[in-house]
Amino acid sequence: MAVLRIPDFSKSNTIDQVGIEERCSRFQTRSIKKETKVQGLKMVLNMIDLTTLEGKDTEGKVKQMCFKAAHLHDIYPGLPTVAAVCVYPTMVKTAKDALGAAKIKVASVSTAFPSGQAPLQVKINDTKFAVDNGADEIDMVISRGEFLKGNYNFVFDEIATIKEVCGKARLKVIFETGELSTLDNVRRASEIAMYAGADFIKTSTGKISPAATMPVTLVMLEAIRDYYYHTGIMIGMKPAGGISNSKLALHYLVMVKETLGNAWLNNQWFRFGASSLANDVLMQLMKEKTGVYQSSDYFSKD
Amino acid sequence: MARLNILKTYKIYIGGQFPRTESGRYYPLLDKAGNTLANICLSSRKDFRNAVVAARNAQGSWSAKPAFNRGQILYRIAEMLEGRKSQFLEELTVQGITLKQAQAEFEISVDRLVYYAGWCDKYQQIYGSVNPVATSHFNFSVPEPTGVVGIIAPNNSSLIGLVSAIAPVIAGGNTCVVLASEKFPLCSVTFSEVLNSSDVPGGVVNILTGKSSELVSHFSSHMDVNAMIYCGNNKEEILLSEQNATINVKRVFVYNQNWMQENAQGAHYIMDAQEIKTTWHPIENIGGGGAKY
Repeated sequence: MAVLRIPDFSKSNTIDQVGIEERCSRFQTRSIKKETKVQGLKMVLNMIDLTTLEGKDTEGKVKQMCFKAAHLHDIYPGLPTVAAVCVYPTMVKTAKDALGAAKIKVASVSTAFPSGQAPLQVKINDTKFAVDNGADEIDMVISRGEFLKGNYNFVFDEIATIKEVCGKARLKVIFETGELSTLDNVRRASEIAMYAGADFIKTSTGKISPAATMPVTLVMLEAIRDYYYHTGIMIGMKPAGGISNSKLALHYLVMVKETLGNAWLNNQWFRFGASSLANDVLMQLMKEKTGVYQSSDYFSKD
Repeated sequence: MARLNILKTYKIYIGGQFPRTESGRYYPLLDKAGNTLANICLSSRKDFRNAVVAARNAQGSWSAKPAFNRGQILYRIAEMLEGRKSQFLEELTVQGITLKQAQAEFEISVDRLVYYAGWCDKYQQIYGSVNPVATSHFNFSVPEPTGVVGIIAPNNSSLIGLVSAIAPVIAGGNTCVVLASEKFPLCSVTFSEVLNSSDVPGGVVNILTGKSSELVSHFSSHMDVNAMIYCGNNKEEILLSEQNATINVKRVFVYNQNWMQENAQGAHYIMDAQEIKTTWHPIENIGGGGAKY
């Protein structure tokens, strides 16, 4: 096996912000209608990580969300399920039991989500707890404070350590791009995470604004593409937070297709972290099916 | 050198904003001599959809406002309307009615807003009730707004029909999407500027211009529209509305009166877009004693 050469992250590529924004606005001019739209929307549904990450979460709430994950809208036959549910570590077991045999993964946030302000040992235990309870995927946050100080080795080592704890669980690394202030930093964080062993890179926790935006996602997708060219290793992408309508989700798919290609267009390699997107997609699908604009009154809230 | 007049662009009103129609279509409005007065947006079903989303978002906070405050805001609309008298008179006359008629129409419109402003915190007492029941419950019924109301405004007037259809709906805490008169659309656009500058939150009233023949099927079939008010007498459109309305059991009201008349107003217009909620509140009733409330 070839030895992976770790680059000097302080010298990572700089980003042409104007170019990125220009490119993103192009994606949004694509018009996707009728059968293409239906197919795209079903794909979106199948890529959603249905998420509840609130202090007020209870077992009941999580069970209810798991039911929704497997039964998105039963009066519409042939709908896919979502890809995964995303919960706090304490809810992993509840979610695992509630999902039962359904082919839906359980993702757990960890490492003192959302701030990441905890000692390494706490982060390791947090992750271990989630994995031991059966989490299939771990969504960790990076230490943004250390990153912004320029302490890239610290961030790298932390990701590598958590990756080790994950075992078979796939690791998603959250940058909280809203706190990284520049696209150059987003690119740099992407490279650090991928070289440190991330299986997925993820934009945001959903706790601060701005969360996922198209420019940030495009920068990360391009980092994934360049990493693939260098190493031949595919990395997944998960924009999270702020994607709440179908049209925008379809534009994200266009962006993935035109940046990474068809190989990434499935829930193995691309996810949406969202809670309200699913209902909007369902309403659009019902609109296409019935020809009538829909009302949220007729769709389950959780 | 002669100065070129700056002509006004007549746009639609959605969620407190003045966009052009997303379809990019328009129709020319002609005066009697055949001169173009303005280009009017020919709204599409997507404009309508966006307007319903705006109306739905505004509904919760509008209906939660104290009724008294809604009355103040309606009164404010009347004030702002009065302040634009000369502009409205000009638009009314240029669309083909005499100055005398225009004056009458304008004055009744302002008065009608004041009339409904007064009703905002009163119709509940008239139409609400405490009901005698045989069990130990305090039983009462109150009117509550039905939600989002679609309004096809009368085609035969520019201002009075619009005001008469909108005022009772918003007085009752509903939000609305209105299709203005296709034949006389000028005042509707100016009226939305009045609304915009009179404390009415964005999205409470949304005004589109265009063809009722194109949009009526969408007004009546949209699942998120709770009631529909159709002003006019086109039998086909009325039938279509009533049929489509069954999809989500929305209420349909057909108005076809002369809005200039004094009796073309009343609290029963408010009640058309209300639902009655009855509450059974358990009370202590020991040993045959009467209710203690």
